[in-house]
Amino acid sequence: MTALVGVVVFPGSNCEMDCVESVGLLGGEGRLLWHGDDDVSGVDAVIVPGGFAHGDYLRPGAIARFSPVMSAVARFAADGGPVVGICNGFQVLTEAGLLPGALQKNSGLKFLCQPSTIRVSSENSSLTSRASVGDELSIPINHFEGNYTCDSETLAKLRGEDMIVLRYVDNPNGSVDDIAGVCNEGRNVVGLMPHPERACNEILGSSDGGVLLGSLLDLAA
Amino acid sequence: MSQPLHRALGLTDDEAGRIEEILERPANPLELAMYSVMWSEHCSYKSSRIHLKRLPTEAPWVLVGPGENAGVVDVGDGIAAAIRIESHNHPSAIEPYQGAATGVGGILRDIFTMGARPIALMDPLRFGPLDDPRSRWIAEGVVAGVSGYGNAVGVPTVGGEVVFDETYRGNPLVNVLCLGLLPTERLVLGQASGIGNLAVLLGSSTGRDGIGGVSVLASAGFSDADDGDKRPSVQVGDPFEEKRLIEACLQLLDEGLVVGIQDLGGAGLTCATSETASRGGVGMDVDVSAVPRREPEMEPHEVMTSESQERMLAIVEPEGMERVLAICERWEVRAAVIGRVTEGGSLRILDGFDGEVLADVPAASLDDEAPLYDRPREEPLHPLGPSADDLEPPVDPGEDLLGLLTDPSWVYSQYDHQLFLNTVVGPGDDATVLRLKHPTTGHDTGRGLALTTDGNHRWCAVDPRRGTALVVAEAVLNLACVGARPLAVVNCLNFGNPEHPEVMWQLSEAVDGMSEACTAFGTPVIGGNVSLYNESAGSDIAPTPVIGLLGLVDRLVSRPPGAHLVEGNRLLLLGPAEIGLGGSLWGASRGAPGGEMPSVDTAMHTSVSDLVRELVLDGMVEGVHDLSAGGLGVALAEMATRSGVGVHVARVAGHRELFGEGPSRVVVSVDPEVLTEVMDRVEAAAVPASRIGMAIGDRMIVKDLMDLSLVEVSAAFTSRLPEALGSGTTNRQPDGR
Repeated sequence: MTALVGVVVFPGSNCEMDCVESVGLLGGEGRLLWHGDDDVSGVDAVIVPGGFAHGDYLRPGAIARFSPVMSAVARFAADGGPVVGICNGFQVLTEAGLLPGALQKNSGLKFLCQPSTIRVSSENSSLTSRASVGDELSIPINHFEGNYTCDSETLAKLRGEDMIVLRYVDNPNGSVDDIAGVCNEGRNVVGLMPHPERACNEILGSSDGGVLLGSLLDLAA
Repeated sequence: MSQPLHRALGLTDDEAGRIEEILERPANPLELAMYSVMWSEHCSYKSSRIHLKRLPTEAPWVLVGPGENAGVVDVGDGIAAAIRIESHNHPSAIEPYQGAATGVGGILRDIFTMGARPIALMDPLRFGPLDDPRSRWIAEGVVAGVSGYGNAVGVPTVGGEVVFDETYRGNPLVNVLCLGLLPTERLVLGQASGIGNLAVLLGSSTGRDGIGGVSVLASAGFSDADDGDKRPSVQVGDPFEEKRLIEACLQLLDEGLVVGIQDLGGAGLTCATSETASRGGVGMDVDVSAVPRREPEMEPHEVMTSESQERMLAIVEPEGMERVLAICERWEVRAAVIGRVTEGGSLRILDGFDGEVLADVPAASLDDEAPLYDRPREEPLHPLGPSADDLEPPVDPGEDLLGLLTDPSWVYSQYDHQLFLNTVVGPGDDATVLRLKHPTTGHDTGRGLALTTDGNHRWCAVDPRRGTALVVAEAVLNLACVGARPLAVVNCLNFGNPEHPEVMWQLSEAVDGMSEACTAFGTPVIGGNVSLYNESAGSDIAPTPVIGLLGLVDRLVSRPPGAHLVEGNRLLLLGPAEIGLGGSLWGASRGAPGGEMPSVDTAMHTSVSDLVRELVLDGMVEGVHDLSAGGLGVALAEMATRSGVGVHVARVAGHRELFGEGPSRVVVSVDPEVLTEVMDRVEAAAVPASRIGMAIGDRMIVKDLMDLSLVEVSAAFTSRLPEALGSGTTNRQPDGR
């Protein structure tokens, strides 16, 4: 059965169609979910995509967490449904309390759109089941606020419970412990700053993102 | 007030007299304000129109030529491409972040006004020298503004240029190009029709920002004293508002709910209402009291000339209003009925639809009857400065080469250049390549769009006619290097004060050069923008016509090789040997901008371009780079740096051959296995070629001239901008992803 992946659209989101296209390329089907609807029923997985939800006003994700759809996403996650936040979606999930930590401005105080190499740190998450620990993936980043931070207690827990899913090989933004992606305790909710949907087609430079999004489809199918 | 109102508004006595003739009575202050913005240089092209008529504008694939919000060409498979370029030079000189940001916002509206979804931006940027603190401040602010607005509005910035030169010290050039796609059948024009239809203002409320932007700011030069006073004429942008406006407008167009739509840019409501009415051959009643306002007690003339951003004017049939309001509510876009289409040709400004008539002018007189000037032209008497031909050969050409290298990635890494999954070749290469997908079905055509922007003020200063032709030729060759054939040109003519006869001569010559080259290459000019009064403290900028060239890649199955080298490859230099040091980057770097400069042989140029395009499409070369500023030396250094492979080159006679610049020249990197086949094809095309060396090792060696380590070359290339501009760019927008 084709995995149906809901892709949340806030006013200001802009990576939603890219996620739909790449999910389609990998054999799944994407369906847009409007932020004003408190409903994600029928989908097998949810992606909160990149962009500037509600203009990133106040701070990224701070307003989006109050959109009605986020209540439905939280219930879906609580029931064990796979949820992935990419870039701005990661910021939204941390603001919504579905993932630990926060994303602050890049240490260089500049927006960065460039290739990055990330290393798989845990294969036990909804996004990395097809990968092996130590795999290096070429996946671009595109953010101003991707500098992951958390208190030392949380960091210790992330390390101790294998919740750091992806790490940068060459840390571009100052993230603590080179963190590029983390998961929740249930391992079904994952957030990452790099854009796997931009790396699913060799003609665009890399198809390594297919390993990650493909893992999500396996889980959803 | 010591001077008559019309002069304070920037109108001449003759122009005021002409207005009185049109109205057959003296104009009231509101009417004068409306004429002053519409008859400004920026809106009316009154000094340049007479020359622009000489440009070729037609081809079978052109659907919309100059004069509309954007040019449109048919790119096959039911897809049309809309393209436009504009300048935001003066606002960016005063307020770099907002000047650049609103330049991006404005060009996007020009594109979705045509019914097209914007898919790519390009930013050709020119600043004063890097050792000037103010120029660095402007450069950092402009790049941050493009980044802050473009990224947040969700349209990738896929290329452009960045140039630093003394000529732009007081007056930077911030040009911005936008490309959009639409289903061919959905083409919309900015005109009103249908008596009784409603004019609906969408988007932001109207404030006091940007009043007189086109007249006070864009149509006068800078002196030193009063620049700060002009800051209130710069608009303030809100990319989130624009993003919602794009989505709402495209949905309105998808559902067939608008009969015409027009963006509000320069000259604000006055321009949008008069142009839509004039183009549709109708009139319009505008209720100025119905315009949503940002602050209380705004005067009608402020409302009518405000350049507040993120606004659109849609012409809607009354029965469609309910659905229009529903779509606007979904996207949180404000919508207000502010006008009605009327019979006759009058644009009337009213205080309430049944209230007092505040202004009553023929709509067409604001638009079509603007003055047309044939300003005096005169070839400059003064020589350009020392000739580069007279310079002594460099003691160490390698040292000179290091000083000519600039990696622009400090700029473009701050721009999202990948959104929409189209970017096959991004910024930093000869040209950008985007996958061509249908804008509504997403169907991949297997073909690509190629895009480049090019300008060269050094060449155009030596000879504006020949220099402009060289610029067009370079753009054509840039496209060939990514396997594309050219389709259409848009131009942004950045010049000095048109009241200076030398500047008008430069403009006229440049138009002729562009016309000759575009005719020869079969590339019609389908739109453009003229930016005059680029001067500061009485000194005009060097003539800087910038062109954007759109092309098609007929078979896009893999990424073109780009400026790349593979160890063991043979290096061929294709093209004629005619080069010169006049107008060269090397000459300018040594303080000698003048000298002899070759002209383009259009037949030879076409042969070279056709050959290179076919070699790239057939996968016959593993690296390709056109020779541009800095000549062979810079081209080889860029290829070596990008691939991490050195070069060993001979048969370069001296510094002239190393740094001289000339058209139709390309370096290709060829696998020795296919070298014979490539040489056969070169011969068949009757293109001159010489085998200059090979790609090997980790040094850049040019026999008898230089021997540099690749580490040194790379360091010079990559460090220049980060060292000068640092990492402290301020972020004023609440953005980040």
